[in-house]
Amino acid sequence: MNPSQINLRQIIGRIGLWLSVFVIVSPAILFFLWMASLSLKFEVDNAAYPPVFIPEHFAWKNYADVLASNRFLTYFVNSLIVTGSATALALLVGVPAGYGIARMAAHKSAIVILIARITPGLSYLIPLFLLFQWLGLLGTLVPQIIIHLVVTVPIVIWIMIGYFETTPMELEEAALIDGATRWQVFRHVALPIARPGIAVAFILAVIFSWNNFVFGIVLAGRETRTLPVAVYNMISFDQLSWGPLAAAALIVTFPVLLLTVLAQRQIVAGLTAGAVKGG
Amino acid sequence: MSALTQSTPAAAQSGVAPEKELRPPSYWPFVVPALVVVLAIIIFPWVFTIWMSMNEWKVGSPTTFVGFSNYLRLTSDPRFLEAVGHTLVYTVLSVVLPLILGTLSAVVFHQKFAGRGFLRGIFIMPMMATPVAIALVWTMMFHPQLGVLNYLLSLVGIPAQLWVFHPATVIPSLVLVETWQWTPLVMLIVLGGLAAIPTEPYESAQIDGASFWQVFRFITLPLIMPFLFIAGMIRMIDAVKSFDIIFAITQGGPGSASETINIYLYSVAFTYYDLGYGSAIAVVFFLLIVLLAAVMLYARQRMLWTEIARGA
Repeated sequence: MNPSQINLRQIIGRIGLWLSVFVIVSPAILFFLWMASLSLKFEVDNAAYPPVFIPEHFAWKNYADVLASNRFLTYFVNSLIVTGSATALALLVGVPAGYGIARMAAHKSAIVILIARITPGLSYLIPLFLLFQWLGLLGTLVPQIIIHLVVTVPIVIWIMIGYFETTPMELEEAALIDGATRWQVFRHVALPIARPGIAVAFILAVIFSWNNFVFGIVLAGRETRTLPVAVYNMISFDQLSWGPLAAAALIVTFPVLLLTVLAQRQIVAGLTAGAVKGG
Repeated sequence: MSALTQSTPAAAQSGVAPEKELRPPSYWPFVVPALVVVLAIIIFPWVFTIWMSMNEWKVGSPTTFVGFSNYLRLTSDPRFLEAVGHTLVYTVLSVVLPLILGTLSAVVFHQKFAGRGFLRGIFIMPMMATPVAIALVWTMMFHPQLGVLNYLLSLVGIPAQLWVFHPATVIPSLVLVETWQWTPLVMLIVLGGLAAIPTEPYESAQIDGASFWQVFRFITLPLIMPFLFIAGMIRMIDAVKSFDIIFAITQGGPGSASETINIYLYSVAFTYYDLGYGSAIAVVFFLLIVLLAAVMLYARQRMLWTEIARGA
């Protein structure tokens, strides 16, 4: 083969590669662009055939309408409280648990997490729904915070086990020999090293709790809806036009999409670790 | 909660104090708070569900122990049996399609090109986005008159479809959404597998002048098989349980054409408030997932043995 042939092959290979990249990424890009387009169009344009892709006049009003309704603010705060509390509690109990399990090499305990992973969310809802009813908690956000732990705790424990298994033991052993207690070793040696792992666990717990829908439709009342439930209820009750609906959908999922693009490296690391290790 | 966490350091100290040789027990205090949570939100619901499944348990009326009659009722409930069928069709399609597309995407993302990290971030957006929000937009796209999908079909000369509004096309349409959403997860797992493959076999294949397809079929595919299996297993578990997309787009309709076990379970438990029967469905549903996982494991073992036998 002479050099010019190799060059030609390389160029064709390059073009083929970029074409393939374009083909596999476009379903995601086109979908979200269309979502944005729907959310920025007036009713006339959304009902037009053939469809209008970029409207002459942008309907920023759709966003203003969604944000201005005072219920939306309530639901946003509800989502923040539920996701925030469920994630914070999960980190509080899950990080030490991941550490303990990793150091004890108690791999059989992972079976519980596996069961949690396989169990359909609705199976938790039936007994816990009754329990919350008996305890008289149903009008508050507490039931949703507690049941979101079903999502966040296994994620945090699973990722932290994997992370603590890879951090070096030497420093911890040295600290123990110097007379530090187990708790001091955890607090001052293991925890600082594990910060990247905690970040991964935090991001994934936030995303999957924020996105959760099934717990909310059963447990949330009028005042305690989270954003996904609120958006679902917009479809069935308010008979809204497409523009404001799409705007609401985009607002709900925007924080997650932003996090995905900004923290894609951590998310990929966490998902492959969690998934490949058996979740 | 705070009482629990504050007791941890003290407990850790007292565990270590008497005897430094006693290392293993001293890690227990780290695990105890999580253990309490797991017992309360995972183990307790399971035990309680099994107990409820043996009772006639409806909201607002007294409960009576009925043994296994809820389970017997399942075997002659046409709506449940139909839901099992829908679930199996939905699951098989939602495992196979993302596996194929995800593997191809992983091969592409395994190459080096500018902006790979950013494009990978875009590529995984469908699986991270809020399912209800996505479902809402897909519903608009499926609209027979105003939806963009029928417009796109008309551009290539295919007649308009009814998508999720017709019993014959509703499951394939939902699978389309599921595939769009979850192909990225398969891609990520397979990509991890590709990164672990040594480069030597590729170098010798290149010297032997193997084609791209031959390299993929005889080198890449066998080496990523374990990862494909894991991806398939995870995909199966998630597809069987799929709820958000189906519920938000069709609620099991039209009629009951897309009613899977999970959707039926929701109706029984939270529309009819028949909690005893719902619990029985939940138990059988869980066992079905375990059974499917066992079948996949068995098939994988068989495959490994035949490969070894053929090699010997």
